[in-house]
Amino acid sequence: MSGTYLGMPAFPEAARQALGDDTLRANLRHATHTIRDKRARAVAELDDWAELREAGKQIKDHTLQHLDTYLLQLEEAVTAAGGTVHWAADAAQANRIVTDLVKATGETEVVKVKSMATQEIELNEHLAAEGITAYETDLAELIVQLGDDRPSHILVPAIHRNRSEIRDIFRDQMGIWGRPAPEGLTDEPAELAEAARLHLREKFLRAKVGISGANFMVAETGTLVVVESEGNGRMCLTLPDTLISVVGIEKVVPTWRDLEVFLQTLPRSSTAERMNPYTSMWTGTADGDGPRNFHLVLLDNGRTDTLADEVGRQALRCIRCSACLNVCPVYERAGGHAYGSVYPGPIGAILTPQLRGTTSEVDASLPYASSLCGACYEVCPVAIDIPEVLVHLRERVVDQGGHHLERAAMSAAAWAFDHPAVLAAGQRMASRTRRLHPSRLPGPGRAWSDSRDLPQVPDRPFRDWWQRQQGEKGDAQ
Amino acid sequence: MRVALFLTCVNDTLYPGTGRAVVRLLNRLGVDVDFPLGQTCCGQPHYNTGYRRQAEPLAHRFADVFADYDAIVTPSGSCGAMVRELYPRMGRRAEAEGRGSSLAEAIAKVVPVTYELTEFLVDILGVTDVGAYFPHKVTYHPTCHGLRSLGLGERPRQLLAAVKGLELMELPGAEECCGFGGTFAMKNADVSASMGRDKVAAAVSTGAAALCTADNSCLMHIGGIIRRQDEDIRPLHIAEILASTEDEPLT
Ligand code: SF4
Repeated sequence: MSGTYLGMPAFPEAARQALGDDTLRANLRHATHTIRDKRARAVAELDDWAELREAGKQIKDHTLQHLDTYLLQLEEAVTAAGGTVHWAADAAQANRIVTDLVKATGETEVVKVKSMATQEIELNEHLAAEGITAYETDLAELIVQLGDDRPSHILVPAIHRNRSEIRDIFRDQMGIWGRPAPEGLTDEPAELAEAARLHLREKFLRAKVGISGANFMVAETGTLVVVESEGNGRMCLTLPDTLISVVGIEKVVPTWRDLEVFLQTLPRSSTAERMNPYTSMWTGTADGDGPRNFHLVLLDNGRTDTLADEVGRQALRCIRCSACLNVCPVYERAGGHAYGSVYPGPIGAILTPQLRGTTSEVDASLPYASSLCGACYEVCPVAIDIPEVLVHLRERVVDQGGHHLERAAMSAAAWAFDHPAVLAAGQRMASRTRRLHPSRLPGPGRAWSDSRDLPQVPDRPFRDWWQRQQGEKGDAQ
Repeated sequence: MRVALFLTCVNDTLYPGTGRAVVRLLNRLGVDVDFPLGQTCCGQPHYNTGYRRQAEPLAHRFADVFADYDAIVTPSGSCGAMVRELYPRMGRRAEAEGRGSSLAEAIAKVVPVTYELTEFLVDILGVTDVGAYFPHKVTYHPTCHGLRSLGLGERPRQLLAAVKGLELMELPGAEECCGFGGTFAMKNADVSASMGRDKVAAAVSTGAAALCTADNSCLMHIGGIIRRQDEDIRPLHIAEILASTEDEPLT
């Protein structure tokens, strides 16, 4: 396993490999089914869930429509509260800004709050190249980092690991990164949590620079919000002298009233909790409390391009709850790594090809990584019609040249279907030759017949039966 | 009421028995159903694979062929959803792309009168007991587009529950996709087959003699796995069960 996504195989191949890994399959099945059932119960408790979902959708759509206005309002408010706002057009710029800010402090270590945006820009790797070590402090991120692994889930990045694998990683790796795991560590959850606590505590107390993302930014007051379960994020946000937050521009909401909606829908959708244990909010800097320097790096990195696409832009409503991953039968089998980006599952399949484009093999394969069953849309707390966007992105792949054979086949089929006589002739031909049909197909057809028998062709199509029957009726009259 | 059967290209070609069952069932309920021969494919395979513009002539054809009917009945949840949910979307997209409103106008008449079979029976004819007889254990898999796009809800189960002799077995994980997904079955064959095998295992675990759905496309995939694994359960379209009577039982 390596830390980056370069040279990832296309989705179907990566998924095939994942399917062959029985431990992975069992870990994912157990984890996703448990969270999915809990979410369903937590959501069912609210009788205004449908309204909350609609409100979340509308708030996000409104904000995205007036994004320029709200971002400027946010910048003004953050600045007035003592923070500094930086604008990054792409990953390279964002990495440069953060690296320079850290270097200016003279520090060579930073602690990190779990953040999708910094993973998206591969900040840790860039910091490392400049001699700065970033320590992940979220428990699951720590497991991923110590295991030299990649995250496979938005909320539970180590969902593909089970307890004994985690014990082995802690035992073998903690000593290399800092305080070693206690002697005789078992795979009891309480012991694993304690080992992580001891290992991380040392880092929190030493760190002078913290790096975070944010779940929301409130434009009216310039307040940033991080929701989490462990309290480790709270430590990183409050203990260091300098706090740098890298946040996607779509994370802004206009007012605290708007925020209220998401603070209800996010925890129930992600961890199935009525309220998440820690909600940290900060507005610029305050004397004698928390970091003395606060920098906000606003990240575009493909988001304004996504915003320009009428159908695709709804992906920017995403609040990263991961409910769509947990209900997805494809994610459950393929695992998060197959999606070749920090955004796995259904949301990844529509977000990655928009943020990165569809030129690489894996990115072009993502819109097809779905049976369009619609379970993701059903649970999404901001009503992103993921199947609609998937099909829309398939069009994009087709339009860029896509698959020549497929295009020819589709055109031929469309022509035949527009000429019923041709269709009927084809049906009769298939019926007449049905005894000759093999049960397994050669070439591309093997994709079907390797695991499934072909349907048996009947002795005549329905339309022939119908015509004969109508004829008999006519004769009888 | 002039009623047309929109059978779908898959059923016409591969599952004519389902078409005959729908005709027999509707005739028994006093509905005189027509099968306009100009019908072919709704364009769903094209649309879902990313060939929306190739699907447009097929939507136009559908609108022409079925223009004169008061109700269009289809024994396929996914093709029903194509017409009801995706035709209007195609019309809006064509307009947004500055290609005029001819598609939107053409489909405006047929979209609201297109019904999936179980909807037509329960909502339009107002029957749940269709006088059927099928003395076997049956488990029902609600296919995704019927379940989530059309919102068929309890209708199929109500119809099955009223069938004389039929014992309805609860399918574990019923709402999970069977893995067919049109071209998904080919493009992501391994994941698709894995989903299908799990669906078959769940159905076999119920002890049912038949796995019933309201969509033969999904049954083609599920049935292909059943045959490959030589399982002792029969894939069956709901129309064939509902058409079966004591006088003319399904064999
Ligand atoms: S797409 Fe919807 S369900 Fe998926 S992570 Fe985003 S908000 Fe959650």
